Amino acid sequence: MIRIENITKRYGDSAVVDGVSMNIERNSITVIVGTSGSGKSTLLRMINRLVEPSQGRVLIDEKDTASEPAHLLRRRIGYAIQGHGLFPHRSIAQNIATVPRLLEWPEARIDARVTELLEIFQLDPGVFAHKFPHQLSGGQQQRVGVARALAAEPAVLLMDEPFGALDPVIRAKAQDDLLDIQRRFGTTIVLVTHDIDEAFRLGDQVAVMSHGKVLQCDRPAALLTQPADPLVTLMTGSADRALRLLSLTSAGEAAIPGATAGISVAASASLRDVLSDLVWRGADAANVLDTEGRPRGHLTVAAILSHGRSR
Amino acid sequence: MPGNFKIDRLGALLTAMGAAAIALLPFVLFKTNRIMPGDPQSLWNVLAPAAAWACLAAVAIAAIIALTLADARVRLAAAVLGIVAVALAVAAAGDALTPAGNKIVRVAPGSGFWLLLIALALLATDAITRLRPGPALRVGLLALFAAVAGMTLAHGTFDNLSVMREYAVSASRFAHEVRQHILLAFGSLAAAVLVALPVGILCHRIPRLRSGILGVLNMVQTVPAIALFGILMAPLGALAAAVPLAAALGIRGIGTAPAVIALFLYSLLPIVANTVAGLKRVSPAAVEAARGMGMTRWQILMSIELALALPVIITGIRIVLVQNIGLVTIAALIGAGGLGTFVFQGIGQTAIDLVLLGAIPTVALAFSAAVVLDSAVEVMDRKPQ
Amino acid sequence: MPGIAVILRLTALGLLTAFLLTPQSFAPVFAPFTQYGAPPIYDQGNLLSLALSHLGTVCLAAAASTLVAVSLGILVTRGSGAEFLPLSRSLVNLGQTFPPVAILALAVPLVGFGEKPTLIALFAYGLLPIFENTLIGLQTCPPALLEAASGMGMSARQRLMSVELPLAMPLILEGVRLSLVINVGTATIGSTVAAKGLGEVIIAGLLSNNTAFILQGGLVTGLMAILLYDAMSAIERRMFKAARID
Repeated sequence: MIRIENITKRYGDSAVVDGVSMNIERNSITVIVGTSGSGKSTLLRMINRLVEPSQGRVLIDEKDTASEPAHLLRRRIGYAIQGHGLFPHRSIAQNIATVPRLLEWPEARIDARVTELLEIFQLDPGVFAHKFPHQLSGGQQQRVGVARALAAEPAVLLMDEPFGALDPVIRAKAQDDLLDIQRRFGTTIVLVTHDIDEAFRLGDQVAVMSHGKVLQCDRPAALLTQPADPLVTLMTGSADRALRLLSLTSAGEAAIPGATAGISVAASASLRDVLSDLVWRGADAANVLDTEGRPRGHLTVAAILSHGRSR
Repeated sequence: MPGNFKIDRLGALLTAMGAAAIALLPFVLFKTNRIMPGDPQSLWNVLAPAAAWACLAAVAIAAIIALTLADARVRLAAAVLGIVAVALAVAAAGDALTPAGNKIVRVAPGSGFWLLLIALALLATDAITRLRPGPALRVGLLALFAAVAGMTLAHGTFDNLSVMREYAVSASRFAHEVRQHILLAFGSLAAAVLVALPVGILCHRIPRLRSGILGVLNMVQTVPAIALFGILMAPLGALAAAVPLAAALGIRGIGTAPAVIALFLYSLLPIVANTVAGLKRVSPAAVEAARGMGMTRWQILMSIELALALPVIITGIRIVLVQNIGLVTIAALIGAGGLGTFVFQGIGQTAIDLVLLGAIPTVALAFSAAVVLDSAVEVMDRKPQ
Repeated sequence: MPGIAVILRLTALGLLTAFLLTPQSFAPVFAPFTQYGAPPIYDQGNLLSLALSHLGTVCLAAAASTLVAVSLGILVTRGSGAEFLPLSRSLVNLGQTFPPVAILALAVPLVGFGEKPTLIALFAYGLLPIFENTLIGLQTCPPALLEAASGMGMSARQRLMSVELPLAMPLILEGVRLSLVINVGTATIGSTVAAKGLGEVIIAGLLSNNTAFILQGGLVTGLMAILLYDAMSAIERRMFKAARID
């Protein structure tokens, strides 16, 4: 859906982003991860042309983004940033309605959309629509920020450290919500973070950046098992990479046929969590149940461990 | 690098101003006596061609540099060159138009001269701003400018210009009024500092006092200056009549006493308010630490709180001083003297030169006070960090 | 205690209106301030019309200053006007050192006596606080908001109109209020160059040694300034009651 072709951004003599190419699938989450100064935000901002590339181009649905005025392009692309960037002088409803207003949607459609989004983000429209940003908690403000970015039903959503200002508990919740939203709307999401755990948790594909270059862009598991660069290993961490790998597979995916006597685990739980559960309870095997409680097979410690080996 | 060639927009605006000044407006006005309307004269009419061309060339060089070069130092030099050339030209025009020994005709700088001077001064100001001179250098530049201006005036370069003619007529009074102006402005400031500092500290310590006191002082500020001067005349007059000692001390209904008191009252608000704001900015952690180290309340106040609040307090004093220098001008209306005397006499006689004789030094005084005190604030604000 | 403040303000407004409409009924109040049977109430003109023209001059000047100062503030904070920013900052600082009397006196040779030099002086003097506050307001707009606005596809103009200016508005209005209040007082000086206004009453008092006149002129001007300040504050509070800039 998005194709980045050999894109470069230079400020003076130094290239902040240096010859990056990347393909982003429709309905997927791509996470760009890197240390500060790696050029990850600049790369993201070149997609909606908040930064104009010095070289190369970005195509969305095979159409060059440079072929239309930047502000019109941006109205079609959602954009959420760290610290939410809500307008303090506008109510929550007005904030969410910003882009639909710019697109001159009819009032009724705007109202309906605002109400719908508030409900999706678990903010009671009757309570929150007319509040102002400073009256909300940090987590609520962040949700409004994402709701605002999604208001005009964009096919693409760009997020720059959207959860950076949240504490760990609210952050985990916000990440779960994002995954739900993505499944619900099928939005193509590109997200920038410096948090490798967040990248592994959210990304269908993770691009590791350093000094303006993408070192590797691949499925999370591939980053662990086939790192293309020592820096990738350094960043993903080598001490707990087996556990990290386990966390990428769900119990349902790894379940082997048959049943066992003993405890049960949910099919959606990661192998890492199942292993932890087994160690804690002193068990060797567990039955895997889906959300309706039907058996999906079972898992043994040995079977789990086989998923954590480098192949 | 022809690709990098760019016309400076500010330079373009200033050049347009200067060009309009030279082409369309009179450089000097020739008056047969001090209150007659002037006869406009262009640069070409009054100066020898060589001198006129020299002046024009200097201004043109300044314009070209302003249009094309970005280096602030070069731009400043160009502006100074232009200002010197224009100043010398207007002095020469005065000499050229004044018949020898004639003390009645007046040669006044015209609107063309003033506009040209403003354009060049803006160029200089912009260059100085871009150079970001430190506080010491700013005061140094001011002193240098004052010295050069003082020397040229003393040398008599501008003696044939109308303002200097007015000065020559009332030279001894001028010195007296300047002294009186400074005395009034600084005297009332000193008294206000003595009272406002303790009051400010008190307001900081006792929040319940704060809004009341600041409210009253705010209200004092809304009374127009001439009214406050006038209102004070009556009680002071009565006091002088009733108490001979007061009269012997020089307290009278008109003159210095009501002026000083009114200025004092106006001065209180900014200093009290800034003292409160300055003390508020002192972090409680610093005070806590000082207490933990065993400082007494007095030591904490003097060496921690006031020391940290000082830049803000000085800012308040700067506001007051600049404000006072302006307000003293109005005090002339109630016979308190000062440079306002010339301004109001000039207005009364429609003698603009006399107005300028009062207004120019007032502006210069206020400007100098602002530069010096701003520099002081900057030095102090920088030190603790 | 907002109740008391409101009552005080209404009382002040009531007194001011009553005095301007029927000044003679206040004669007993001012009589003790006169000597030798001088009139206790200003009798050389209609106080109400003087007050109104005073207010008119001030408001006209403030409107002009606001228009020019806000436009200039916007201009120098756009990319295309950036070359003028350092200079305009210095000019704001320098301008504040200019005594209003000096501006007034220097305007007289340009435009003659009367309302015009007063208008010019008030206009010039009113520019500074508004310009300064506009600059601060526009420059302290949080970068994250500008980024968000651009990111959502606002054009530069839309960003200015619907984000930057509304956010700077409280500061801009504060500047307008400041310059209005300063100018109500400063306008009295205009009467020394024959502008119609309350300064006339004060100067008549100074000339005839009649404290009652001076008090009247001073009190009416002071009350007007305070009430104007309060009215502006109330409007600002009403406008920005809900929103707050963190």
